[in-house]
Order: sequence, then C-alpha cells, then structure tokens
Amino acid sequence: MKELSLNILDITKNSVSAGASHIDVFLDETPDGILKLTIRDNGCGMSEETLRGVTDPFYTTRKTRKVGMGLPLLKMAAEQTGGRLHIVSSDKEGESGTTLEAIFDTRSIDFAPVGDIVSTVCILIAGSPEIDFDFHDISPRGTVSLKTAELREVLGDISLDEPEVQDWIKGYLEEQYGALNN
Amino acid sequence: MKSLAELAAIREKMQNKVVIREGMGTTRVVVGMATCGIAAGARTVLSAFVEGVNANGLTDKVAVTQTGCIGICQYEPVVEIFEEGKEKVTYVKLDAAKAAEIVEKHLKGGKVVEEYTIGAYKN
Repeated sequence: MKELSLNILDITKNSVSAGASHIDVFLDETPDGILKLTIRDNGCGMSEETLRGVTDPFYTTRKTRKVGMGLPLLKMAAEQTGGRLHIVSSDKEGESGTTLEAIFDTRSIDFAPVGDIVSTVCILIAGSPEIDFDFHDISPRGTVSLKTAELREVLGDISLDEPEVQDWIKGYLEEQYGALNN
Repeated sequence: MKSLAELAAIREKMQNKVVIREGMGTTRVVVGMATCGIAAGARTVLSAFVEGVNANGLTDKVAVTQTGCIGICQYEPVVEIFEEGKEKVTYVKLDAAKAAEIVEKHLKGGKVVEEYTIGAYKN
C-alpha cells in the first residue's frame, strides 16, 4: 500500500464485516513523531485461535480466494518503521469487540505517508452510513475530529451516504486539515 | 467554516427529495474495495465515480456503492455496473481518468466503453 490511509480503509472494513455498530479510528502522533493508529470496534470479535492466525497471509475470511493480505500488510508497514501491530479481541457475548493498535515511527525512511485520510473516512462512512464512526487525528499540528453520531442527530432520517451530506463531510474534514499548523 | 447549521439546511432540502427517489429504476455502480482493489487504486476510482455522478447531476438515477473482493484480483480496480433490464458490465484495470470517461459515455450517454471491459482485456 502506498499510503497508510489505504491500509486504514482496508482494515476498518474488517470491523464493518464483524457487524460493529460503533467504530473508532484514531490517529495520535507524539511530538517526537511516533504515530499510533487505533481501530476499535464492538463487532463480533475473534476467538483466540482466529486471532493467532490473522497476521498469517494464508488466513482469510474471504470466500473468493485463499489468501488475505490486509493485516499482514499493515503489520509489515508498522514493523518496517521499527513499530509494531497489536490486536486484542473478545468474542464473548455482550462484551465482544476488537481493538487494534499499530505503532509507526514517522521519521523512518520506510514510513509510508498517511496520504488522503479524508477520502478514507468519507468512503468508510458512505459504505456503512448506519455505523457510528468516531474519527480523530491528533498531532502537535492540531486536532481533526468527526463523530457521525453527532451528524446523525442533526440529519434525522437523512442518510449519511446522501451525496450532499458526503460533500459536507468532505469539506468539513478538509477545512479542519487546512487549519492545522503545518 | 462548515457548520452543523449547514447540515440542517441539507436535511430540509433532502426531505422533499427522498420521496421522489424511492421506487425509481436505479443504476448501480459497484466498486470492489477489498485489499486487492484498494492496493490497486480503487479508492481514487470510487471517488472519481462519486464526483462524476454528482457533477453530471446523475445522483437520482445512479448509486455508487462498495463491495468486497469480486474474485478477479489481477484485474483490479474492478467496477461492475448493473442497469435494470440490461446485462451486467464489468470494467477492469480502471483509474480515475477512465472512471470519468465511463461516467460521461456510459452512465450519461448510455454507451458501454468496450475497451475497458473485461472482454477487451481477455481477448
């Protein structure tokens, strides 16, 4: 993947497939350039056995092919900067869910840029307008955030995937990014 | 700055439209967005379809949606177009420029862009 935001789009879809009703996508960067990506969901979770296998390229949930590269690619992207990938999951009823944390050293020459995170967030929301997404990107340059539950309160029964609404979301995020101190 | 008040205005406007949209024969543009598609550039292709459909005022009859792996990863980015009463058209190896062309010629003009279809690649 050429951009970290592409990995984020890919991996967050696993949370969608897990039947989550709420998904957090957080980017937190420290002043010394350590970036933490957190993807947390309240989906069905994974058994210990499944969890052990997920970073193996020959493990996949897809029915069309026998390989699944999503998590192995993210793991590689983190580890090649000197970072790591850590996943905690529970499939116990009532408390199920998965939390993924990936740590990146953004100063590493092998760090793929975050890239077009606004597209990633918009596409995630458009693809699953019924899910509550909490997104934030906090760094020394400032904070960008979006909570779809708040938008839904204003929108009532108008779906988040309506083109006009998507346009607004895109502009809302772009404005926040434009206001950061770069 | 974008405000929630603006969003409320969108809601007002949309509420009148929703009724009309239901029950209309719609065309579906389905973009493969699994790992294979995303790595090959499906995100910009999806964005190009969404923007093209908006810019051409086709939002009432064309829905752009996402799906997982279509099963032909070597041809990604893959897009399938379903139109009522017509056979499915499968476009392969797309990019943003080709997507814009498909919006113009196929979705707006009603003519399949043969050279980007899977048939043209296999032959």
